[in-house]
Amino acid sequence: MIPASFGYRAPKSLEETLDLLHQHPGEARVLAGGQSLIPLMKLRLAQPKVLVDLQHVPGLSYLREEEGFLKVGAFTRVGTLLEDPLVQARYPMLAEAGKVIADPLVRNLGTVGGNLCHGDPGNDLPACWIAAGGEMVITSARGPRTVAASEFYRDTFVTAVGPEEVLTEARLPMARAGHGAAYLKLQRPGGDYSVAGVAASLTLDPKGRVARSGIGLTAVGPTALPAPRAAASLVGHPPDAVHLAEAGKLASQEAVPVPDLRGEVEYKRAVVEVLTEQVLERAADRAGGRA
Amino acid sequence: MTGDDGVVGGHGPTRRIQVTVNGTPRDAEVEPRTLLVYFLREQLGLTGTHIGCDTSNCGACTVQLDGRPVKSCTVFAVQADGRRIRTVEGLEQEGVLSPLQAAFAEAHGLQCGFCTPGMLMTATALVEGERAPGTDAIREALRGNLCRCTGYANIVQAVEAALRGHRPASEPKQSPASLPGR
Ligand SMILES: Cc1cc2nc3c(=O)[nH]c(=O)nc-3n(C[C@H](O)[C@H](O)[C@H](O)COP(=O)(O)OP(=O)(O)OC[C@H]3O[C@@H](n4cnc5c(N)ncnc54)[C@H](O)[C@@H]3O)c2cc1C
Ligand code: FES
Ligand code: FES
Repeated sequence: MIPASFGYRAPKSLEETLDLLHQHPGEARVLAGGQSLIPLMKLRLAQPKVLVDLQHVPGLSYLREEEGFLKVGAFTRVGTLLEDPLVQARYPMLAEAGKVIADPLVRNLGTVGGNLCHGDPGNDLPACWIAAGGEMVITSARGPRTVAASEFYRDTFVTAVGPEEVLTEARLPMARAGHGAAYLKLQRPGGDYSVAGVAASLTLDPKGRVARSGIGLTAVGPTALPAPRAAASLVGHPPDAVHLAEAGKLASQEAVPVPDLRGEVEYKRAVVEVLTEQVLERAADRAGGRA
Repeated sequence: MTGDDGVVGGHGPTRRIQVTVNGTPRDAEVEPRTLLVYFLREQLGLTGTHIGCDTSNCGACTVQLDGRPVKSCTVFAVQADGRRIRTVEGLEQEGVLSPLQAAFAEAHGLQCGFCTPGMLMTATALVEGERAPGTDAIREALRGNLCRCTGYANIVQAVEAALRGHRPASEPKQSPASLPGR
C-alpha cells in the first residue's frame, strides 16, 4: 500500500518545527514514531501535505523526576519507557501499560507523545495519565502551556493540541509514600488493542483510607475517559472488597462502549467492572493499604 | 510529478538519502512516501525482507534500524537517512550462516520460510543483546512476528540453542540507545 505523496521535512530544532507548522497551516502533520500515522496514510485515511519529522529535534527524549513530577519527553519511545529502571521501580503502572501496547517492534518506534496525541480511544497511555492526574505540556511559537490530562481529549482523534502546536512533555505527579497505581487491560490473544483497559491511581492516608483516587478507562468511549464517580466513591474509605466492588459497578456505568468485533456493550461493561476491581486492588497493594 | 493528488505510480519530488545497509554505504533518491521495505526490495534489490501483511501486523518485514528491530513496512525510507540498516542478507558472513540461522536449520525453526527473515532479525537482536532471556522473554520478544506454519515451538528452541552457543561477536555490541529517542 502506497500513501499519497507528501513533502517531508526533518527540522533540527523545536523552533524550526513550529515554524514549519506555521508555514503550512492545517496541512502539516507531526511525525513521531509513525506507528499510527503511517498505517493511516497507507490506507489514505490520512493525507497530510507535509510531514514534519520530530526524530532529529533534540531534547524531546527523557525521563526524570523533577519539581514534583515524573517528566517524560514526548519523543521517548514506548520501549524505553517500559524498560526504564525508574519507571519499573516507581511507576509500575506505566511499565504495565507500555508492556501491553502492541508488540516490541512497534514499541521500538512508537513514542509516548504519539500514543498520547493520536487520540484513538484504544491507546493505552491516555487512561494512565487521566487516572494519575497528569498534565500535558503543549508548545507553540508563543511558548509552552499546560493542559490537564482529563481536559486533553476532546473527541476521537481530537486533542487539545492545535495545528501549530507540539506536545513536548507529559508529566505525572511524583510517586510518594502511600501512593500506588496500576494498569490492566483485557485483550484478545495474540496482542491487540484493548477490549477494555482500566488505570487506577490511589493515595492512602496514614489510617489506610483513600485520600485521593483517579480512574481512567481505555476503549470504552469516544476517547479515553475518566471515571469520576467511581473514583470519588472510594475517598474516605478503606480500599476493601466492598468499596472496590462498588467502584467497579460505578465505573462500568460511566463507560460508554460501542459494540464492535471486540465485544458487545454489556460484555464490555462487565469487563470494565471486573478490571476496575482488580486494578484497584493492585493499586491499593502498591499503596500499602491491603495487609 | 503527481504533486499532491496522490496518484499511484506517479512520481513526486525525491529526496537524497544516505544509509548503511549491511555495512555498505548507499546513496539513493527516494520519494518521501517510499516505505523502507519497498526501498530495500525494489530500489536495492534486497528481496530477502518479505512483505506479509503490509498493515503493520505480521513482522515479516522486520529489519534492524540502528540495531533495533522494526517493521520496515511502517517506516519511510527518508526516516532511515543517516542510519544503519541490517537485513537478513547481512546475517551470513562469507558463506557461513550466522549461529542463529544455523540453529533455525538445525531445530526446524521454519517450514514455508515466509516469516523467517523477520524472525531472524528480531531474534538476532535478542541473541546479540546484553541480556540472557529465558523462554518467556524469547516468546515476548517475538510477539510482533507471526508464523502461520511452525506453531512457534521450534522457533523458540532455535533461539534458545543460539543463545546457548553464543560467543561474544567480534563486532561491537549494537546499543539500542543509538536510535534517537533512546
Ligand atoms: C500493530 C499495531 C498494534 C498497536 N497496538 C496498540 C495497542 O495495543 N495500544 C496502544 O496504545 N497503541 C497501539 N498501537 C499504536 C502505537 O502505540 C502507536 O505507536 C501510537 O499510537 C502512536 O505513536 P507514534 O509515536 O507512533 O505516533 P505517530 O504515528 O507518529 O503519530 C500519531 C499521531 O499523533 C501525532 N503526534 C505524534 N507526536 C506528537 C507530538 N509530540 N505533538 C503533537 N502531535 C503528535 C501525529 O501527528 C499523529 O496524528 C499499535 C500500532 C500498531 C501498528
Ligand atoms: S509486512 Fe510489515 S508487518 Fe506485515
Ligand atoms: S514458516 Fe511459514 S509462516 Fe513461519
